[in-house]
Amino acid sequence: MSTKDYEISLFDKNIILTAIKDSFKKLNPFYLMKNPVMFIVGIGAAMTTAIFLADAAEGNFNHFDFQITMWLWFTVLFANFAEAIAEGRGKAQTENLRKTRTTTIARKIINGKEIKVSAVELRAGDLVICEAGDLIPADGEVIEGVASVDESAITGESAPVIRESGGDRSAVTGGTKVLSDKIIIKISSNPGETYIDRMIALVEGAKRKKTPNEIALSILLSGLTLVFLVVVVTLKYFFNYFYITLAQDVSFVSITVLISLLVCLIPTTIGGLLSAIGISGMNRLLKHNVIAMSGRAVEAAGDIDVLLLDKTGTITLGNRMATEFIPAFGITEEYLADAAQLASLSDETPEGRSIVVLAKENFGIRERQIKELNAQFIPFSAKTQMSGVNLNAADGLPKRIIRKGSLEAIKKYISDETNVNLNSQSDFLFTQMMGVDIALAGGTPLVVAENKKILGLIQLKDVVKEGIKERFVQLRKMGIRSIMITGDNQLTATAIAGEAGVDDFIAEAKPEDKLKRIRDEQTKGRMIGMIGDGTNDAPALAQADVGIAMNTGTQAAREAGNMIDLDSSPTKLIEVVEIGKQLLMTRGALTTFSIANDVAKYFAIIPAIAVSLFASASLNGPLSALNIMKLASPQSAILSAVIFNALIIIALIPLALKGIKYRPEGAAAVLKRNILVYGVGGLIIPFFGIKLIDMLIITLNLI
Amino acid sequence: MDYLLDFIQFSLFLAVLISLSVLLGNFFYNGLNGEKNVLSFFLSKTEKFIYSLLKVDANHEMSWKRYASALLVSNIIGILVLLVMQLTQIYLPLNPQHLPNVEFFLALNTAISFVTNTNWQSYSGEVTLSNFVQMLGLAVQNFISPAVGIAVLLAVVRGIARRKESTIGNYWVDLTRSILYVLLPLSIIVAVLLVSQGVVQSFDSNVAAITIQGETQTIPLGPAASQIAIKQLGTNGGGFFGVNSAFPFENSSPLSNFIQVLSILLIPGALVFTFGRMLGSKKHAWALFGVMLLMFICGVVISYWSEVSSSSTFAANQLMEGKETRFGIFNSVLWSTATTAASNGSVNSMHSSLSPIAGLIVLLNMHLGEIIFGGVGSGLYGMFLFILITVFIAGLMVGRTPEYFGKKIESYEIKWAMIGILLPSIAMLTLTAVGATTQTGLSSSLNKGPHGLSEILYAFSSGAANNGSAFAGLSTNTNFYNIFIGLAMLIGRYGVILPVLAIAGNLVKKNISPVTTGTFATDNLLFAFLLFSIIMIVGALNFFPVLSLGPILEHFLMQYRINF
Repeated sequence: MSTKDYEISLFDKNIILTAIKDSFKKLNPFYLMKNPVMFIVGIGAAMTTAIFLADAAEGNFNHFDFQITMWLWFTVLFANFAEAIAEGRGKAQTENLRKTRTTTIARKIINGKEIKVSAVELRAGDLVICEAGDLIPADGEVIEGVASVDESAITGESAPVIRESGGDRSAVTGGTKVLSDKIIIKISSNPGETYIDRMIALVEGAKRKKTPNEIALSILLSGLTLVFLVVVVTLKYFFNYFYITLAQDVSFVSITVLISLLVCLIPTTIGGLLSAIGISGMNRLLKHNVIAMSGRAVEAAGDIDVLLLDKTGTITLGNRMATEFIPAFGITEEYLADAAQLASLSDETPEGRSIVVLAKENFGIRERQIKELNAQFIPFSAKTQMSGVNLNAADGLPKRIIRKGSLEAIKKYISDETNVNLNSQSDFLFTQMMGVDIALAGGTPLVVAENKKILGLIQLKDVVKEGIKERFVQLRKMGIRSIMITGDNQLTATAIAGEAGVDDFIAEAKPEDKLKRIRDEQTKGRMIGMIGDGTNDAPALAQADVGIAMNTGTQAAREAGNMIDLDSSPTKLIEVVEIGKQLLMTRGALTTFSIANDVAKYFAIIPAIAVSLFASASLNGPLSALNIMKLASPQSAILSAVIFNALIIIALIPLALKGIKYRPEGAAAVLKRNILVYGVGGLIIPFFGIKLIDMLIITLNLI
Repeated sequence: MDYLLDFIQFSLFLAVLISLSVLLGNFFYNGLNGEKNVLSFFLSKTEKFIYSLLKVDANHEMSWKRYASALLVSNIIGILVLLVMQLTQIYLPLNPQHLPNVEFFLALNTAISFVTNTNWQSYSGEVTLSNFVQMLGLAVQNFISPAVGIAVLLAVVRGIARRKESTIGNYWVDLTRSILYVLLPLSIIVAVLLVSQGVVQSFDSNVAAITIQGETQTIPLGPAASQIAIKQLGTNGGGFFGVNSAFPFENSSPLSNFIQVLSILLIPGALVFTFGRMLGSKKHAWALFGVMLLMFICGVVISYWSEVSSSSTFAANQLMEGKETRFGIFNSVLWSTATTAASNGSVNSMHSSLSPIAGLIVLLNMHLGEIIFGGVGSGLYGMFLFILITVFIAGLMVGRTPEYFGKKIESYEIKWAMIGILLPSIAMLTLTAVGATTQTGLSSSLNKGPHGLSEILYAFSSGAANNGSAFAGLSTNTNFYNIFIGLAMLIGRYGVILPVLAIAGNLVKKNISPVTTGTFATDNLLFAFLLFSIIMIVGALNFFPVLSLGPILEHFLMQYRINF
């Protein structure tokens, strides 16, 4: 399947321009309040602005206060920009989906009459007609008719898909186009509630609900902000103590300086990037053509312990393929292949085609002229459970009667008409044994008989997808177990499970087996992810912690899941897990980085702020010994720290948008690397950064 | 100075501490969980008797709210009883010195102090309180308050270990078992050891002796040894005598000194292993113990280095002012570090006389919330809050919702963990700010400059951390300090206990996710390193500014020969 390329450049001009505009709009205090860390910075900036203006009004233009004030505003703006740019990218991605729909005219049926209305006026329960060439106005379910639909607008897949009433393929998505026939659709969502609308809500800051882990992290950050507020306010009093008791000069400890210290200490980096990280997580999902119903589901995806995967299409290539001809005694393999090919010539099922392909590959048996053969094809019938061909002689009587079918079917076919006891025939015994062998290896035996004599077997086998085994190895490293669900019998399932390397399987699975298994695993504290399409999957999708419904699936399945995969790709779950993990990792890494930064900022600001304590005319205060970065002056030290603090937000925006690098590894390895990069890095980098900025400030003579 | 001898002493101390911790940890496990041990033969009947006396059904478990209310009610009653005892001691028996009734705010402060396991003493023991108050009031609380700590810890363990339940144990049962199987047997052993070293244990009133010069000297006596044992073991710290373990009758010999320092850390250390065993992870216990031990060793080594190197500034051999000459520098800093690492607060030297950096260490130990071994029970449940924060931040980095022993750490836990960590810090800082800038606060201060600030900071830190030791130099028996340190003690105790119980009550309801290779491991060196870093950054960084203006400034000033 081709995936529509939604990749958007980090430096998309339009998005950046809009984001810059939005950063100012987001200065609205009511909006800022949603983010306590940035709200505090905003208040601080407003206060220093007031102080600066009051001084300026008296004709005292304080350069230091002015620059600090500017950088404090930049800090807020940079954080707003981070959010705005993430939103912009998200919107650009959803725009494509939405664009089509707003202009759509729907043909609504009211009292049996057809009336044209705008698509946005449709409500759940409305009936609309769509004919060839029409855009489907909103999400819904086909209740009458069958049509081929072009869903490339949302999936990027150009081949049309069939949508028909009843069954597992009745759901249609707004914005897709009907290519043939006529269908009546029952609209399933109100305006603003369609999947795309919900997805848009997840990438728009104003409407976005924080996810559970984001809330927890916000609480942590608010707590840190609160305590640093207390630290800074009390610090003013501790300085006053020196003034009261020893008449020390503490005039340098101004409100502006204290606000600078506060802004540097509170976790502005993560506070400023938190919502951008969340939105980008959603964007990454969209990029993979997955629509999430809630942010919660994406987080939960990172926690998945067990994946429930359908065998067909996920672990194996959709269908069984012929892999070997096993002739009976006295029959050459080529003869068997020839007969099998003849019997399969008109068999359009993938299995039938694979027999033809195998015969061609192994013996060069090519298609032949059907006329010349004078063949009469016998299609598969439910009654006989066989298919085949009758090759007629010139007189029209059958010369060769070839049949293929399951062991049981062939057995019945031969013994019914000849009244022989097959169990005593060595040929048949051999066939039976080989059949068991094939089944043991996970294959399905197909028996070929000509004129009621067994020629041999065709081994049909599920072919495990290339690379899927490695995928499961990776998952196992990440601590995720995979369970294969299949309707196959125990024998076949065992063999395929072994070949694919899944951890467990459920054979002869009925829908209720899936549900039961999910519940069992959940009782043991495990988080379950599954992917499904049919109506019978709906209960299991709803029960799973992360349920991904395929877009081709039924409305019931789509309602039950908490994500929809527009590509309907069964392996998508694995990518979703990775996105969830990456989202959490990025949050953790930037939090660690942000907190580790504080150490250096202390060493910049504390010696600066206390420089006048016990200073003499010739000598700086003794605490300047803590100025290990040797920053030029108290002012430049504080300004550098504030500037670094603001710039680091900008510098980390790409990381927040893209997420930190993800590798499928165990927790220990991931943790070690992230600690090294973001923890130790976060400790060291600001020392150099602040020093560098300080040098620049002095060179440029800013203070 | 004999560095080698100090090194050997320290190594011996650590070796004994570690081995006894492991040993006792297992012993406590049985007793606290109602399983058979050596003592249950004697004590199980007593245990049952106590339950029948308290009308407690030992099998009836409590929700966290019930548990917390039982705890609060028992503590409030404890405070009231102590208060009344002090206010009426002249009318009560066993007051051979006829000490007058205690003034109200001092009595309130003392009552809160002993119930909260702080044992801050704004008074001098032997000249303020009667034997009756000391034995039936303070000594009783010396047993109950650490037992409360253990009970809370047990509730936490149940919260972590149980799957989808609603109760976290029975407070009365936990309290009783903690006293019977942990505190009582150990304090008897230690008391006997101390008596063997010559620590006073007598019911006689003070003895008046005539010295060789012909002057009259009062020799204070009393049932000291038994009280001292529990004072140390229960991380109480309230001395029988005013100058605490710097007094020969309270701390008679090098061996008694050794036993007493060891006793400070013994139960908190052992409880780490009890905790680990109850959670089924010895390795986790070792990780926690390792972090505590590392921070402890750092504290001792830095203090020791500071003492030794500061001496050169004064061209003196050692900074012996305020230190116990009988034991020397090493035993002074060992004690000072231990007593503030654990929430003990007993002293064998004057902390005000420590070199600035050693003073910084004792302050920092308290600022971290006394989690380096910490108070009995309270050290570990305080550490538990840091563990949650560590697991949360670092756990995110493995790409899963953070978990601790399979329990998901979500906003509820984070909210309460932050409250539990921040409340005491905020109390310390704001109250110090008030003390350092108001006339009422400053009038008690003996010293000026950074040292004066440290004194005030120390007082409130000691209160909010439930430590109870004093820096000296600050006369705290004023209404201002009695009230506000009392407040700090209440915040420091219940501002942590209630959040911890709330977390336990929420965790107990959760399911346990099984461990996979994707799980953040809490039983290895990396975890220990992370925990250490989080403690340092989240716990210590808040205090860096004020410490800079206190001990750090003093340290640099000392190099300039400016002293306060």
